[in-house]
Amino acid sequence: MVADAQPIARPIPAWRRLIGRLADDRNVLGFVFMLPAAAILLLFLAYPLGLGFWLGLTDTPIGAPGHFVGLDNFISLAQDSVFWLAVFNTTFYTVVASFLKFFLGLYLALLLNRRLPFKSLLRAIVLLPFVVPTVLSAIAFWWIYDPQFSIVSWALIKFGLLHSYIDFLGDPWHARWAVIAANVWRGIPFVAITLLAGLQTISPSLYEAATLDGASSWQRFYYITLPVLSPIIAVVMTFSVLLTFTDFQLIYAITRGGPINATHLMATLSFERAITGGHLGEGAAIADAMVPFLLAAILFSYFGLQRRRWQQGSRD
Amino acid sequence: MAKASGPEGMDYLERLPRRVVTLYLPLAIFVFVLLFPFYWMTTTTFKPDEELYDYARFNPFWVVRPTLTHIYKLLFETSYPQWLFNTMLVAVASTALSLFSSVCAAYAIERLRFAGSRYIGLAIFLAYLVPPSILFIPLAAIIFQLGLYDSDWALILTYPTFLIPFCTWLLMGYFRTIPYELEECALIDGASRLQVLRWITLPLALPGLISAGIFAFTLSWNEFIYALTFISSSENKTVAVGAITELVEGDVYHWGSLMAAALLGSLPVVVLYSFFVEYYVSSLTGAVKE
Repeated sequence: MVADAQPIARPIPAWRRLIGRLADDRNVLGFVFMLPAAAILLLFLAYPLGLGFWLGLTDTPIGAPGHFVGLDNFISLAQDSVFWLAVFNTTFYTVVASFLKFFLGLYLALLLNRRLPFKSLLRAIVLLPFVVPTVLSAIAFWWIYDPQFSIVSWALIKFGLLHSYIDFLGDPWHARWAVIAANVWRGIPFVAITLLAGLQTISPSLYEAATLDGASSWQRFYYITLPVLSPIIAVVMTFSVLLTFTDFQLIYAITRGGPINATHLMATLSFERAITGGHLGEGAAIADAMVPFLLAAILFSYFGLQRRRWQQGSRD
Repeated sequence: MAKASGPEGMDYLERLPRRVVTLYLPLAIFVFVLLFPFYWMTTTTFKPDEELYDYARFNPFWVVRPTLTHIYKLLFETSYPQWLFNTMLVAVASTALSLFSSVCAAYAIERLRFAGSRYIGLAIFLAYLVPPSILFIPLAAIIFQLGLYDSDWALILTYPTFLIPFCTWLLMGYFRTIPYELEECALIDGASRLQVLRWITLPLALPGLISAGIFAFTLSWNEFIYALTFISSSENKTVAVGAITELVEGDVYHWGSLMAAALLGSLPVVVLYSFFVEYYVSSLTGAVKE
């Protein structure tokens, strides 16, 4: 449209014609277009991914070359009670937080999908915890969980529900629930807003028809909402599980793994061993141990997407 | 009857008391819980110390005599302004770099359809699923070898590892919605591929570009683990890392300044977000749906 005919009128040198021909070849042009992204992703994503596996098999310290030690790191981890505690913590944290995020997020999405005044304002407010930097909101939670000045304890005592301040971060189980609460707080908006986008695609006439046929509200949810939503739920929950399982910032900001390793996740433990302790090899081995789970989550997501494609195909 | 055909379905059948119990009350609780940490952050920032640590004489929910001492202390007695600048620089540079690379990559995968583009597209999606927590140790070794340790470049070059897959994936979806016939017309009129991208595809994909840009900026503003690992000197830190490592002196927590740091550090993304809510939401949901 905008290209005018002037360049064609001028005689074109041979080298420019060659470039012009190459620029119209889709494979050459595709290669050139892919270069910036490919260079960065190969150097800073694919290569470190491979290097991570190699490092897990060495005793590399920080700033010096290491030696190949075979599976020594993994064998010593298998006998390491702190590592197994971290595995337990990570599993507990992921399972509980994901369940809570899913149910509360779905509930919030269903609420937001109803007729409401100031709907878009509400949606914008609800997403705030997701937008704000995790570490900074985690610092706020740290302050909310302060043993002496916790506002939660204070309010509960005022209402007469409690007699003494809760030591949120001093007791292992209190601390576990405290970080789960902070994680759920941050994760609900993501689940709710993405599921809301799915809910908005469901035509209200489906519900009207079902109501006329005598369906209860539970039946409308179970037979209309859930089937339409399930592919999106699969993808959203895969992401949510993935992010929770590999979580680092929240734990590092609120508890740094304490008290007595009770909230150490695999990611924070690998940071502590590799960067704080200087044993890159051992830290990398812990990170490697997270990979099988990661693969399972990716496969799950892949089949979730497949199912969606199949559903779309059958609808047409 | 006209109301009934609206997108809200059958809510008009409900009476007010029932709506209060099933809708407004739970929603109010959700909003309260989701916003409370921000409220608490803000009040703590403006409370003088004697109110902050004395719940007996002052109700902790209110600020009796607001003060700016915490913010003053933060801005003039710590490196906080420098951290803000670093974060801004890194976020802008890595977002620009990622957007450029992603536009090229997404256009190549979606429109040039070179040999093997489908597999590259799949690989990009898989790259999207690799979490920074398993990459930061080997990346630290690489950054060290390249001599980038403790510099802004360490972050500007590594943030695209999670930004490019995200932006490319999002832009691929956007390019798919642009009718191919428009590009064909331009090609027939004698435009080169680059001209088509510059004058046809990019203007039409502008909403997608804004969405990807906003989201990428927020992601790099919020990034923590790379910044914590690759940066050691105080003047090169980002806001998130500086707040958690430098503002805590031993066992003494200056909660006022800490909350001020959290509040000021959140403001830029919140302001940006408030201007582009729709773009932000569309990129969030688009990334999941595509």
